[in-house]
Amino acid sequence: MGRLAFVTKKHSPPTISGWGRLPVPGREILSEDLRSATEGAVLTRGLGRSYGDSALPPPGVAEIPASPLADRILAFEPEPGGSRSDTARLRAEAGLSLDQIVRTFLPRGWFVPVTPGTRFVTLGGMVAADVHGKNHHVDGTIGRHVTELVMRLASGEIVTCSRQREPDLFRATLGGMGLTGHILEVELRLVRVPTPWIWAESYPVPDVVAYVEALKESGEEWPFTVGWIDCLTPGRRGRPPGRGILTRGRWAEPAEAPAEPPRSKPTVSVPFVTPGWLLNPLSMRVFNALYYHRTKLWGRDRMKRGIVHPESFFYPLDAIGHWNRLYGPRGFTQYQCVLPDDAPGGPAAAAARFLELLTGRGGASFLCVIKDCGAEGEGVLSFPRPGISIAVDLPVRDSTPELVAALDDRVLAEGGRIYLAKDAFTTPERFRGMEGERLDALRALRRRYDPDGILKSAQSVRVLEDRS
Amino acid sequence: MSRPLNVAFLGATKGMGRALARRMAERGDVLFLLGRDADDLAASARDLEARAGLDHGAIGTARCDLSEPATFATALDAVEEAFGGAGGRLDCVVVTAADFALQDDLETDRERTGRLLDVDFTGTVLFSEEARSRLVDQVAAGGRGILCVFSSVAGERGRKPVVLYGAAKAGLSYYLEALDHRYWGRGLRVVAVKPGFVRTSMTEGLDAPPFAGEPDGVARDVLSAIDRADRGRAGVVYTPWPWRWVMLVIRHLPRFVMRRVGF
Repeated sequence: MGRLAFVTKKHSPPTISGWGRLPVPGREILSEDLRSATEGAVLTRGLGRSYGDSALPPPGVAEIPASPLADRILAFEPEPGGSRSDTARLRAEAGLSLDQIVRTFLPRGWFVPVTPGTRFVTLGGMVAADVHGKNHHVDGTIGRHVTELVMRLASGEIVTCSRQREPDLFRATLGGMGLTGHILEVELRLVRVPTPWIWAESYPVPDVVAYVEALKESGEEWPFTVGWIDCLTPGRRGRPPGRGILTRGRWAEPAEAPAEPPRSKPTVSVPFVTPGWLLNPLSMRVFNALYYHRTKLWGRDRMKRGIVHPESFFYPLDAIGHWNRLYGPRGFTQYQCVLPDDAPGGPAAAAARFLELLTGRGGASFLCVIKDCGAEGEGVLSFPRPGISIAVDLPVRDSTPELVAALDDRVLAEGGRIYLAKDAFTTPERFRGMEGERLDALRALRRRYDPDGILKSAQSVRVLEDRS
Repeated sequence: MSRPLNVAFLGATKGMGRALARRMAERGDVLFLLGRDADDLAASARDLEARAGLDHGAIGTARCDLSEPATFATALDAVEEAFGGAGGRLDCVVVTAADFALQDDLETDRERTGRLLDVDFTGTVLFSEEARSRLVDQVAAGGRGILCVFSSVAGERGRKPVVLYGAAKAGLSYYLEALDHRYWGRGLRVVAVKPGFVRTSMTEGLDAPPFAGEPDGVARDVLSAIDRADRGRAGVVYTPWPWRWVMLVIRHLPRFVMRRVGF
């Protein structure tokens, strides 16, 4: 089809943005042939689900290749161990989405060992951000389950790397935000699940300190733990803030699950960008209060338990297409940090301090999610480390840069770190304060594999001190 | 769907063809892939096998290039041999492959124009003729015969941005219509697909108009049209569906309007 424009309009220069809808000039070029498309490119974009500027072109670069059409499965085979073996090897082009993996393999009893909170991400993006999920305390990040990568280096050379071949490149690429080379192919393990359904339990917790204790305790027995916190209601009578709902789950056993596989759930979509005032402190407070108080409907012990659809459990927000439009024309950012186990007074005390700062500064958040983090991964700049992770969605206002700076200072004081895949506002000085040594290690490896400094993103120029 | 179809598929490696081939393989149709590049065909065959839960090698491939008519008969021979060897027969031929270029690029390059016209009209028609004669034979021997070819809404009206591409597709649409008229009585079912603007790598870089479609939506529409053809009804599929009405309007716009507007 040709240029089938139906109205002749003046074309403003194209812009491209992350999930937070904060645009920069530039555009993506979709191609099935990722090998050709990445030649001479500075960065490859996936499905654009990172919130900030991780997958955006640096200033002065008009186009970057995007991988989602390079989505062929190259091989799938159960690993030795008979017909009911516990793991399988999946090899695919880097643009294959998690959505496709789940739809193809979950009905057959296979699932990714680690999944982020949305299934609209590519394999390449998952590796670049070294994503984690509700089971980080048990299974680590996705990087632990990746066995091999095929990459195009800045020199144009195509190399295969793994824990045996080019291990430095491999480790730098897990969580390397796509800055070590273009990820072309990914090989990872899938795990056998007893049924494609989830058994889950949810119950209310009065404040963040009790919440973190409950999270750590549940983590000892449950593979999946996660929870939502009301970060708008201050603590009562000297108690810490942050009442919430803790959810823990595991794969259901055949005896307790429905016999038929789960059907894909219908989705609704936010059809347009809503006015900026829709999500205001009052509406968010009302939502949070209703969300918390609905636990009173869960019977005397206020515990909801039972079989849950895997999509509702792992990807609750995927049910609403374009939910990022709810934050209005100015967009939003997500602030995610890890507060380490060795923070003064422990992670629960650190979380209480964090929430007090957030609510004190009027950092109204519609969603606040707290997760448990286990051991640090192999990735040179991989995000999680032992402690708890807090993620809050913040509508962008004039004051957002100062709010993020204040939160960053708090995280720095706790010895924590932030997640680049979410970040849009952190300054290079504060990032260096959190990541000095690891940042230098990544930089040394990037210099080895990209001596001319070709590979970069809007984010690497903004926060990793790359020259534009 | 009734029984699975044995399908020869030209163009399954990219775009709408890739999406349609995946839907067919996932529901149990048996595919044989035709295309230009052996490595690309093999990669798509492995992808479809993995998605359909088939063994390695279950989906055959053969070289077939719309700009080389000499490859058509050998490719379809390989298809019939593969299906016949498995005790079945060829039921359906799908052609999604085509060439595309912008009018501005074609007008300054006669050689490029010649290639596009060759592939999108002469090559596609000659390949369809080769498929038609085999499918009519299959129907006569008690089998099914479905020929599904992707044309385009670009062939519905002479328009400024698609003078040459549109002319080739208009010729192809006429051919498919007449083929349906001539062979209906002998059991051949012709499905002419007319996609509107669909977001694929072919249209990458163009501004998407209203009602732009996604490859998987096209695949769903075409598959239900193929199933209708299998039940004895065939015809023209506009996809996404609003394009039927969009083109109805555009076909009836007077010339003095078409001379002035940009589409």
